[in-house]
Amino acid sequence: MSEKVLMKGNDVIAEACIRAGCLHYFGYPITPQTEISHYLAKRLPELGGTFLQAESEIAAINMVYGASAVGARVMTSSSSPGISLKQEGFSYIAGAELPAVVIDVVRCGPGLGGILPGQCDYFQVTKGGGHGDYRNIVLAPNSVQELYELTVESFNLADKYRMLCMVMADGSMGQMMEAVQFKDKEDITVYDKPWATNGMGNRGHSNFITSVNVNPDELEKTNLRLQAKYRLVEKNEIRYEEINCENADIIVVSYGTTSRIIKNVIKKAKKIGINVGLFRPITLWPYPYEALAKHTDKVKAFLSVELSAGQMIEDVRLAVNGKSNCYFYGRMGGHIPAQQELLDEIIRILKKEDK
Amino acid sequence: MAKERLHPKSIQDKVWHYCPGCSHGIVHRIIGEVIDELNIQKSVIGIASVGCSYNNYEYFNFDVIQAAHGRAPAVATGVKRVLPNNVVFTYQGDGDLAAIGTAEIIHVAARGERLTTIFINNAIYGMTSGQMAPTTLPEQITKTTPVGRNTDYHGFPIRISEMLALQEGTAFVERVSTHDVKHIIKAKKAIKKAFMVQQAGLGFSLVEVLSTCPTNWGLTPLESQEWIKDHMIPYYGIGNLKGKDIKV
Repeated sequence: MSEKVLMKGNDVIAEACIRAGCLHYFGYPITPQTEISHYLAKRLPELGGTFLQAESEIAAINMVYGASAVGARVMTSSSSPGISLKQEGFSYIAGAELPAVVIDVVRCGPGLGGILPGQCDYFQVTKGGGHGDYRNIVLAPNSVQELYELTVESFNLADKYRMLCMVMADGSMGQMMEAVQFKDKEDITVYDKPWATNGMGNRGHSNFITSVNVNPDELEKTNLRLQAKYRLVEKNEIRYEEINCENADIIVVSYGTTSRIIKNVIKKAKKIGINVGLFRPITLWPYPYEALAKHTDKVKAFLSVELSAGQMIEDVRLAVNGKSNCYFYGRMGGHIPAQQELLDEIIRILKKEDK
Repeated sequence: MAKERLHPKSIQDKVWHYCPGCSHGIVHRIIGEVIDELNIQKSVIGIASVGCSYNNYEYFNFDVIQAAHGRAPAVATGVKRVLPNNVVFTYQGDGDLAAIGTAEIIHVAARGERLTTIFINNAIYGMTSGQMAPTTLPEQITKTTPVGRNTDYHGFPIRISEMLALQEGTAFVERVSTHDVKHIIKAKKAIKKAFMVQQAGLGFSLVEVLSTCPTNWGLTPLESQEWIKDHMIPYYGIGNLKGKDIKV
């Protein structure tokens, strides 16, 4: 391992992209993720790769589609309104079964919203957004170190399953500076891509990449194959972290920036005799329903803390399945809840539950 | 002496799904012949779009990527930037290129992407059964202009090839027609030159092909060819718009 260095989250995403062997990036500027472009605009051409500023987010995701179709590791990054625009492309990438990596440094919405941190893209990144029955793998780091590791990993996952892998990092993840330790050698898996449309060469037959099939039997077969792949991802790739969940009075479910605050709330709560647990999904899709459900008989309540009006709480409720009460606390607009603010909320909930 | 009917290697031996009298078959055949003549079957990559030719990979015998509506130029950009030595072309209709995909086509031209676009202009939306296209002529009747395109209300046809020719990154633009053999031969020359301009790395190249849509025009195949001659050519004009003097 190399020495620890102090770096900004967005710069680390860009560095991780290069370290993962991705030499092609297409994007459109949007705050708060633009530093990714600045870094790659300088580095990728030096490495013989492509940095291209597209005319729109729509064009950028379709450039990604083209680069992936010919077998390249490729990435784009954006923030909430830009991700909305890319959704059409996500659906086509899913339909054509192309590997690609998309980074979403989430800000606030709806509409143009604001440039401060948010987690209000949870619905649009985990539940589709584009048309059709498809899924994207979504990873949610909560430190700059994890931003690095999960961004590298996202390329392996995308290639392994031939699907889109997203890293959902809220604005503070992208903008914060933190120590990061890069590996001397990355764990990169190289996958054969016999399906790539990179010119027939001596293959002996032509390849084509498509998401369309007007034959109902064949289209249904394609959909069934996609669904089988998604079930496999659910079986293999669920990741989460649990802190102090055994013997907890209440489990806070939180990811990204807000989950960091909970770690300190746990310590504060202990001092006043309250046992708070943190359940942190690292994969937002596939969601760790079963792991979360295991706690339903042991705690008084669950509290979902998000930088949104309550989006992930729907998955918390699905996991808990009515067996415990689920509460929500969120901020929208760019404010991040303070430790005391969350502790007060926990105390209020436990008082209510104890009645 | 009986002449052998030569079938291009770059075209699969299948029956088209296109309607009788439609120009797609002619243009596909031209592309196949040009790819054979340039000996690029093993390296060429085509981008199909959305419209009646959405599945032209069923007919072309080389690698093809199907793109979202209007986005073929962006997809082609991604391909070409990764594989700069492969010949890459998009095959797009008038709705795809001149309505929903206007931004993408203008920007590949402005960037001077080494790409070729074959632009099928039949003045109507074929696949969705005959609505107004951005290239529908004034007074032309379509399903969404049932009493004819009224320029006061629906606006004017877009001469997008002229717009694209203005971009500094564009090296070659020509508008051709498929209404008779003489013009089909000219169309083939233009398409071959467009590919060669790309191979020479000179910039973006585009050939607009004035094409028939007998089914949605409500005309016979023969009447459709006359309609190109009598209505489309007088409005749009045919000939070179940029790069006439390029020697490749």
